[in-house]
Parts: sequence; C-alpha cells; structure tokens
Amino acid sequence: MTDIAASPDSRMDQFLAGARACMPVAISVAAYGLVWGVLARGAGLSLFEVIMMSALVFAGSAQFVALDLWTTTPATLPIGALVLAALIVNLRYLLLTATLRPLYPAKGRLRGAFSMYLVTDENWAMTVAAMARGQGSVAFLMGGGALAWIAWMCTNLIGYGLGSAIDDPSRWGLDFAFTATFLALLLGMWKGRGDLVPWLVAALAAIVTSHLVEGSWHILVGGVVGSLVGAFLETRKNAHQS
Amino acid sequence: MLTSPEAVAAILGMAIVTMAIKASGFLLADRLPRDGFAAAWLRHIPGAVLAALVAPAIVTGGIAEAIAAAATALVFILSKNLFAAMATGVATVYVVRLLVAG
Repeated sequence: MTDIAASPDSRMDQFLAGARACMPVAISVAAYGLVWGVLARGAGLSLFEVIMMSALVFAGSAQFVALDLWTTTPATLPIGALVLAALIVNLRYLLLTATLRPLYPAKGRLRGAFSMYLVTDENWAMTVAAMARGQGSVAFLMGGGALAWIAWMCTNLIGYGLGSAIDDPSRWGLDFAFTATFLALLLGMWKGRGDLVPWLVAALAAIVTSHLVEGSWHILVGGVVGSLVGAFLETRKNAHQS
Repeated sequence: MLTSPEAVAAILGMAIVTMAIKASGFLLADRLPRDGFAAAWLRHIPGAVLAALVAPAIVTGGIAEAIAAAATALVFILSKNLFAAMATGVATVYVVRLLVAG
C-alpha cells in the first residue's frame, strides 16, 4: 500500500501485476461472457444495446437478470423493474467497495469513488487478498478491473456474433473456475482460529438464504451476518483482555 | 434496428444505480470510525463475503462440486498456488461429471 508516492514505472508494474493476478478468474469471466452474449442475442438485444450495456453497466449478475426482464417491443420494456433489479443485485458492492477505501489516499475522494466503476467481484477478491498480505494498490485493483472489462466485452461480442453455436461452459467444468478460485482466495486469507466462526456463520447464512430467495442476496446476507459476528467476537475478546 | 429511447433509458438507469452503489460503499467507509467495532466489522467483511460467495455453490452442487472443492483446497494448502488450485478444481469437476453421467 505504498502507491501514493510511487513512480509511474512501479505503478505500471502494479497495474500489470493486478491484471496477471486476475488471469485465473478472467477465464471464468470469459466463459460467462460468452454465455451472456448468446443469451442477449436470444433475448432480442441489438448489437448497439449489447455494447452499451456491457460497457456502462459492467456487472455480470445484474446483466443476466436483465435478460430475463427484457422485451423486444420498446413500449413494453419494464424500465423500472430493470433498474430496480440492477440496484438489488448490486447492493453487495456497498460492502466490497467500503473495504477498498484504505488503498486510497485521504484526499481525492471523488476520483477514488469514480474509479469504483472498475471494481468487480474478481478484482476486488484479488486485491483484498493482496491487502491481507500487506500488498495491493490502486493500480493493482485497476489492472485487474481493466482485464475483467476487456474479457467481458470481447466475449459478450463473440457470443453475440456466434449465437447458439457456443457450448454450455458447464460442459467443460468452466463454471467451477469461479468457485475454485474464490475458495482458494478464502483459504489464503486465513489468519487464525478467530476466522473460523465468522466464516462458518457467513457460509451457513448464505446457504440458507440461497434456498429461500433467488438472485445474489445470499452474498449480501452471508457477508453482513458473518462479518458482524466476527466484529462482535473480536471486540468482546479485546474487552476481556483490557 | 439500432435501439429505442426506452432501451437507452433502461440501460442508463441500470448503469447509474450500479455506479451509485459502488461509489457509496467507498464514500461511506470514510464515515466509519478507525477503531472499535466498526473497524473490526470492515476487517471481517472480505472473508465473510468470500465464504458467502463460495458456500452455496459447493453445497447446492452435486458430488462433483464437493469433490472438486476438496481437491482445490488441498492443492492450494500444499502449493499456495492460486492458478494450480483453480485448474485442479475445473479438471476435477469435469472428470467427476463425466464419470457420474457416464
């Protein structure tokens, strides 16, 4: 976290390191990008709409939900429902971007806030894992985000162009790349027995929620409940010691 | 057909709320205290979010996902190599699905 005074050279190194670190998850992004492109064509989006949505919204799960709601006749397009669905599906980003604040200097908050555009689950996970090792920087975060953006946009267009000629990624096990990478990242964050209870609580809360409601609510519920339990246990332990 | 005003409105609306949420989390972090409960809470978010991301995919998947998760964890603990762990997970899920289906 020494990016503030870093020279342009080392900032470029950090940017490339971030992109390299995101390679494993970029494979998963690409696999889902292809599928989204194929489905977007099926849902009747024009090429212009595909480019516009992937470039500006740039959020996989929200874009998948949008395809469910999309209609080809403009008069019946549920604009309110599409916007509300994007809001709900992306609520988890409140948690993710809050944890990235320590990477940035105290000043220049507005620029930092706008750079959150390039934050995805993937480069967020890589960056907080690096932060846990005392590394990570703004350039590292942006490098991973740029790679994810390029992988998402390119594969969306390829999928859209090829139409239904593309295989289901689960046939090749590629749907598991995401889960496998995030599991390994989680294990890499292990700091001691204090992590066990919050992680188990987060996992259980997420499993229960995913059975009860569709969408990505389980991430938000598990993340909030697990981290609150962790904070509660940690502050109670500190109170006992002092 | 290129697009329609309705589609542009919907896409811009989606983009604006997504960006607003991402920026809000970042800006709200400044309002939280640097120590005590709130600071401890922020520190515990990454692990909890990752656990919440991963757990349902493993549990609600089949035998293939469970075996592949165990293989991924084993390779990561032994090698500390993220790419090797990911590749092991994907290869395992592929092979076990073939065996189960066939």
